[in-house]
Amino acid sequence: MSNPDDPKDGGRRDWSVVVEDGKRKSDKPVSSAVAEPEAATRRHEPHEPPRATVPEKLYEPRKQVHNKRIDGPFRRFKWFVMVVTLAIYYVTPWLRWDRGPYAPDQAVLVDLANRRFYMFGIEIWPHEFYFVAGLLIMAGIGLFLVTSAVGRAWCGYACPQTVWTDLFQHVDRFVDGDRNARLRLDAAPWTWGKVMRRGFKWSIYAVIGLVTGGAWILYFADAPTLFRDFFAGEAAPVAYITAAVLTLTTVTLGGFMREQVCIYMCPWPRIQTALMDEKSLLVTYKDWRGEPRGSLKKAQKKPGEFGDCIDCTQCVQVCPTGIDIREGPQIGCITCALCIDACDRVMKDIGRPRGLIDYATLEDCEREAAGEAPRPPWRTLMHPRNIAYLLIWSAIGGALLFALGVRTHTDLTVAPDRNPPFMLLSDGSVRNSYTLKLRNMESRPRDMEIAIEDLPGAIIWTDTINRTAAAPTQTVSVPADQVRTVRAYVAVPAGAATREFSFRLTSLDEQRETDTVETRFDAPEDQ
Amino acid sequence: MANKRVDEPTGTETVGHEWDGIEELDTPLPRWWLWTFYLTIAFSIGYVIAYPAWPMIDRATAGVLGWSSRGDLAEDMSAADMARSGVREQLARVSIERLPEDSALMQQAVAGGAAAFRVNCVQCHGSGAAGSQELGYPNLNDDDWLWGGDLKAIEYTLVHGIRQSGDDDTRTSVMPPFEGAFDTEQLDALTDHVLALSGKADASLLGAQIYADNCAACHGVRGEGDRAQGAPTLNDAIWLRGSSREAIKRQILQPRMGMMPKWEGRLDPVTIKMLAAYVHSLGGGEDFVEVAEDPEVEVDEQP
Repeated sequence: MSNPDDPKDGGRRDWSVVVEDGKRKSDKPVSSAVAEPEAATRRHEPHEPPRATVPEKLYEPRKQVHNKRIDGPFRRFKWFVMVVTLAIYYVTPWLRWDRGPYAPDQAVLVDLANRRFYMFGIEIWPHEFYFVAGLLIMAGIGLFLVTSAVGRAWCGYACPQTVWTDLFQHVDRFVDGDRNARLRLDAAPWTWGKVMRRGFKWSIYAVIGLVTGGAWILYFADAPTLFRDFFAGEAAPVAYITAAVLTLTTVTLGGFMREQVCIYMCPWPRIQTALMDEKSLLVTYKDWRGEPRGSLKKAQKKPGEFGDCIDCTQCVQVCPTGIDIREGPQIGCITCALCIDACDRVMKDIGRPRGLIDYATLEDCEREAAGEAPRPPWRTLMHPRNIAYLLIWSAIGGALLFALGVRTHTDLTVAPDRNPPFMLLSDGSVRNSYTLKLRNMESRPRDMEIAIEDLPGAIIWTDTINRTAAAPTQTVSVPADQVRTVRAYVAVPAGAATREFSFRLTSLDEQRETDTVETRFDAPEDQ
Repeated sequence: MANKRVDEPTGTETVGHEWDGIEELDTPLPRWWLWTFYLTIAFSIGYVIAYPAWPMIDRATAGVLGWSSRGDLAEDMSAADMARSGVREQLARVSIERLPEDSALMQQAVAGGAAAFRVNCVQCHGSGAAGSQELGYPNLNDDDWLWGGDLKAIEYTLVHGIRQSGDDDTRTSVMPPFEGAFDTEQLDALTDHVLALSGKADASLLGAQIYADNCAACHGVRGEGDRAQGAPTLNDAIWLRGSSREAIKRQILQPRMGMMPKWEGRLDPVTIKMLAAYVHSLGGGEDFVEVAEDPEVEVDEQP
C-alpha cells in the first residue's frame, strides 16, 4: 500500500501542492499534449502531490475552415502555380508526339498493356525502370532541397492536396460568398435555399472530381480513344473503377477533409519537421515586434506600450488551414504565406512597416530580435547545405541524362539450353541450343546480324533458318519496338571442347549498334 | 461470480473474478466493433442461403445461387477449351504436310505439343527429350532418325507406335540374335568393322566379310541403315545403345529392341499432330522429301 497516487494515504496533508526547494510542485495535469516539456519529463517523486487525471479526449471535433479572400504577391504566385500545375495535369494526356507508324502518338503515355512508358522523345522499357527510380530519387532529394531552402514551399504551393483544396475553396467562395457569408450559411438551418446551394456546390465538387479522376486514366491509354469509349460505355472496367475511385478521393480529400489531410494524414510534414532547423526559411510571426498586441485605439492611448500587432486576426482569417501563425511555427502551417499578404496589407493601411509576418529563418529572427538589421531572405538560400542538396540533385539528374543518351537500342540476352546441355549430331559434330532474345528498341523494324565469336568452325542456324542454310552468321529481322525470341542452334565440328564464346548482335542499319553476350559451349568430355 | 460490483474509478461493472486482488472489468465492446459483428452475422445468413454451406452426407446444401467450386473449375476449363478451340479446329483441318506453311499455327502447335510432351512422353524420352542411352530411349533432339524425321514420319510413329502388337501398321523390325553364330575372333573382327564404318577402328578383311554376309542386307553396305525397315545407321556418331565394344557385341549377340506405345486412341489426332510438331521443332526435324519434290502432292484435306 505504498501507492504515491493514493490521496488517502499519509494523513490529512494538503496534497494539492508541495513546496520543495522554493518550487511549488502542484497536481496540475501533465500530459505530453500540454506544451510544458519540463513538467512532462520531470520524474514524479513519491512525496509529490498525486497527479490529477488529465481529462484526455482523443477526439477533437473539426472546426470548418473558411478562409477569407486575400490578394497579394504570394496569393498571385499561388494562383500562378495552381494554373500551371492543373494545366499540366489536365492537358498533358492530350498532347501528341509523332513516333512513326509503329508506336503510339501520345506524348506522355504509360502503356501498361505493352509495358512501355513514353515521355515525348523518351521511351522506357521495363528493364530500364531505374530511370523511373532515378526520377523518384530526384523527386525525393528535390523535396529535401526545397525544404532545406524555402521550408514547406511544396506544401504551400505545389502539393496536389494544396492545389485541389485551394480549387475547392475557390468554389466555396464562388457559390457561398466569402468567409462571413459562409460562416453564416454554416450556422443557418437547413432551409430549401441552403439545400439548393449545397447541392449546387457539391455538384461542382463532383464535376471537378470526375475531371480529375478522368484525366488520370487518360495517361494510361490513347486519350481521344479512351475519352470516346469512356462515355460510350465501352472502356475497360478498370478505367471506370479507377476514375470512380479517384473522383471519390478527390472530392473527399479536397472537398471535405482538406487541411485535415495535411495535419493528420500526411507523413511529409513529420519528415519535414525533422529536416528543418534554425536555418530553414519559414513563415514566422515576429513576436518581438508584434507583442504585446493591442488595438490601434489602445496604442494611441498608451503609446510605447504595445507592439505592431493590432490583433485584427486577418492572418488567422485568410489561413487555408485555420491556424494562428502568431502561436509560432506549427505542423498545421503549410507556409503558403497568405498571412504575409494579409498582414502586409494591414500594416500598409495603418502605416507601419511590412513584414510583421514574413519569411525568415529562426536564426535571423533571433538576430533581428537582438536589434540587428533584417537579412534579406535570398541570402539564406545560399546556405552550403542547400548548395550541397542542389549538387546531389543535379548529379543524379546529369547521370540519368547521360545514361539516357548513351543507352543502346539494341540488346541481346542469351539463355543456353541445359537439358540436354549438348547434342551429338550424326556426323559427329556437337550442337548446343540457345534461346536468344533480340531487343529492338527503335520504333521501326530492323535487320540484325547474329554472329559467333571465339568459337572456331562454329555454324549457326535457327528455328526459322534451316540447317541447310547454316552459316557462321545469320541475319534476322526484328519487328519494331519488340523483343524477338530466336532459338539458335550452334554446331561445332567433331572434336569440339567445352569453352566460352560470345554471341554478337549487330543492327544492320546506319547506327550499327552492337551487343555482345558471353556464354558457354558444352561438349561431351570423352571426345 | 458473487463479487460483481461496480468499479468506482471507471464506473464499469467487474466480471466478478478476482486473482490476487486483480479484477477484470466487464468493459462493453466498442460500438463499431459490435456493429461490425452484427453485420458479419447478417452477412453469414445471406451467405448460407446463397452459397453451399451445410455439409450433408455426400454433399453440401446447394445454395440458391447454384455456385460450386467444381462448377467454377468446369467453367474455367471450358473457357480455356473454348479459347483453344480455334487453334485446335485449324489444326484438325490442316494436314501435317501443310502445317509448316502456316508459321503462326506451327508455333501454336509446337507450344501445345510441348505441354502434351511433358505429360505423355517425358517418362521415357526425358524432359529435355534427350532420351537415355542406358535404357535405349532415343534422343529426339538430334538429326538421327530410326524411322524418319519429317513431320509425317514422326506423326506416323506417334500414331502407330513401334513394335506394338494389335496394330497392323505399327513400325516393326527385328534384329536376329547372333548368339553362338560367331567365335570370339569373328565377333571381334565384326565389332571392329562396325566401328570402322564411322572411322573409330581399323577395318579387317574378316570383319568386312562377316558384315557383308550377315548385316549389310539391312544396315547397308556402308552401314548407312535403312529407315524403311528401321535398321539403324551404323556409320554415324550416334549410338542408341552405346559405342563401346562391349555394347556393340552385346547388341550383336542379344539385340535389344525398343518399343513405343501407339498413341492412336489414347490421344486425339490434334494432340498427336501437336506432338509431332514439337518433336520436329527440337532441332533435328527434317523437311518433307515429297513436298519438296512435288508441291502438288496429294494431301488429305479432311479433318
